[in-house]
Amino acid sequence: MANMAQAIRMALHFGEKKLGVTDIFGEDVGAPLGGVFTATQGLETAWNSPLDERGIISTAIGLGLAGDRCVAEIQFCDYIFNTIDLLKIAGNTLWCSNGQYNIPIVVMSPVGAGIRGSIYHSHSFDAWATRLPGWKVVMPSTPLDAYGLMIAAIKDPNPVLFLKPKSLMRVRGEELIPGEPSDEKELKAMIDAPIGDRSKWKPRWPKLEEFEIPIGKGKIVREGTDVTIVSYGRTLPLCAKAAADYAARGVSVEVIDLRSLYPYDWGMIRDSVRKTGRVLFVNEDTEVTNFGEHLSYRVTQELFYELLARPRVLAGKNLPGIGLHPNLEEASVPHLEDIHHEIESIISEVP
Amino acid sequence: MLDMMVKSRVLEERLIKVYKTGDAFFWIGGPGEEAFGVPLGLLVDKGQGVSHDYLHLHYRGTPTLIAMGMTMIDSIRLIMNRSTDRSTGGRNFANHYCFPEWNVVPVGSPIEVQYGMAVGTAMAQRRRKMKKEAAGVSIVTGGDAGSAEGDFASCLIWSSRPGNELPIYITVQNNKWGISTKFDDQHGEKQVADRGKAFGIRTNVVNGNDPIESYFAISQDLEYIRKNTKPVLTEFMVSRLYGHSSASGANREAGECPIDLFEKRLVDSKYIAPGFVKEMWAKYDLESREAAEIVRGEPVPLKESIWDHVYLGSENADWRKF
Ligand SMILES: Cc1ncc(C[n+]2csc(CCOP(=O)(O)OP(=O)(O)O)c2C)c(N)n1
Repeated sequence: MANMAQAIRMALHFGEKKLGVTDIFGEDVGAPLGGVFTATQGLETAWNSPLDERGIISTAIGLGLAGDRCVAEIQFCDYIFNTIDLLKIAGNTLWCSNGQYNIPIVVMSPVGAGIRGSIYHSHSFDAWATRLPGWKVVMPSTPLDAYGLMIAAIKDPNPVLFLKPKSLMRVRGEELIPGEPSDEKELKAMIDAPIGDRSKWKPRWPKLEEFEIPIGKGKIVREGTDVTIVSYGRTLPLCAKAAADYAARGVSVEVIDLRSLYPYDWGMIRDSVRKTGRVLFVNEDTEVTNFGEHLSYRVTQELFYELLARPRVLAGKNLPGIGLHPNLEEASVPHLEDIHHEIESIISEVP
Repeated sequence: MLDMMVKSRVLEERLIKVYKTGDAFFWIGGPGEEAFGVPLGLLVDKGQGVSHDYLHLHYRGTPTLIAMGMTMIDSIRLIMNRSTDRSTGGRNFANHYCFPEWNVVPVGSPIEVQYGMAVGTAMAQRRRKMKKEAAGVSIVTGGDAGSAEGDFASCLIWSSRPGNELPIYITVQNNKWGISTKFDDQHGEKQVADRGKAFGIRTNVVNGNDPIESYFAISQDLEYIRKNTKPVLTEFMVSRLYGHSSASGANREAGECPIDLFEKRLVDSKYIAPGFVKEMWAKYDLESREAAEIVRGEPVPLKESIWDHVYLGSENADWRKF
């Protein structure tokens, strides 16, 4: 089964072959590296840009204005911050031009903690991203979802931010991508660049099929009746694990993988919270003015009288960075024990 | 100079070993840049405050700091993220130094932001200089690939405003690479230094693998800046000897080694005996090994310390406690 880096690569290949992608670019995105997480290895239209994030986003906008389709990458989301005004422009162009210009671009960037990246390779961007009206924002937690969301993002006529949880980039999926050979080793031999000299290497792509995860649709990864947990990205598998741990203790936890942060699947959240009466939102961006707070706010506004416990948000601590030492990283972003603790607290609350 | 070049190299190689044995999560640093960094460190007017030079270094600054007197153990504490790491308290990557007593402002990870910040310290220095109070210079170092960032252009523009020229030493260490991207694929300009010409900035290109050439160039540049209160942009052509960072394996790559070249020159001209450097190597190797052993036994940062220094005086930053 493919890992997320391979899945994204395959979706991009499908994009350049079948969906009219003309350029895939960013720092070290082209040969020989193919991206620091190898998500762009061997792609025909991938090229290396200057080390200049503002140049990358503004060029992407220009390509979009000219009607070309591109996927641009910011090497780590930590470095996207100096492009905020450009992201704002990409998000507001349709509106400002009275509907006359749309920006059909995809910007992808690795996000989050979990690889001991310290201050400048552990940022999250989800809460920030959801404050960029005009953009759609997606974040997969499995390779198959990454494949399907990338294809949907490329086809979407709006700017789409594709956030890649970097700690999950090497995790293998449990589902096959349509067209992917079932043997991992075979896939690797086909599409992973060799170590060392790559000048003569060319990938052999499997016959991939179109497979789309519609933007705005979440997924129930585990059904349950006592508590709802809504998460995405790196914290999603932790939530699923916590739910399994509590199932053994007789507590039934429903876990929703949001997958799209904007637009988000309110219907799925609403139906689940109606069923369980208890909800916990988990992500790793900083907690003050967190996207989970918006969701929690909406729950209290629309479902207040159906709640059995106050909604909770478990997020990253409101700190200016994530320290390198494991003690510091672990104390700064949610871990399995933190999720256990929140579940414990929410089920023991008596209305 | 040779002694410090060797000391810096041994330290960097120790840091790589510390990383490879699993005692650190990441290594990035400057082996190969000693023939630029050491002379710079020797020529800096070292001290605290605007009357001394400011150093806006990037992650390849170890040779400069070794020449300024940094101990090996301080660098090892940083890479092993101990609570004894005075630069970052165990919070940041290797080579992200900070020594306020020498005006070494914190090394940052975002590429090239230091160029814009150097403008600020240089502006403060210019003000003092105009009142004849001090003559400090702001010195900034960085890579060739990163000169594509807007901060680099901001630096050229802001430091050369007519009537407001700044005492700033803008340096670029050109090793011809970003991470995996070649300089030649991305830069239409022949030399990064040429860009200074458009702003009337004095520019030079120097063989940064030759410590003597570097020494004279830096000393002349600094003298010019101190005397005229005007910027200089100098590009040093250097080697990248160990890949970009541990992310690319931190293995030795082909390239001119400035230490080998300098050693050969000194041996050929009979300044030193053959084998002289070997002794230095052994001495510093021992020092670095002992330092790593000590650091291994030192305490690590505690979880609670995440809330320290968010605000000055560790004023409460945790909203749960408001
Ligand atoms: C703003 C920003 N973008 C991307 C990165 C990731 N990155 C770290 S080092 C590097 C290459 C730097 O090359 P260069 O400026 O030539 O310096 P060198 O390391 O070669 O000395 C990149 C792309 C970063 N640290 N900051």
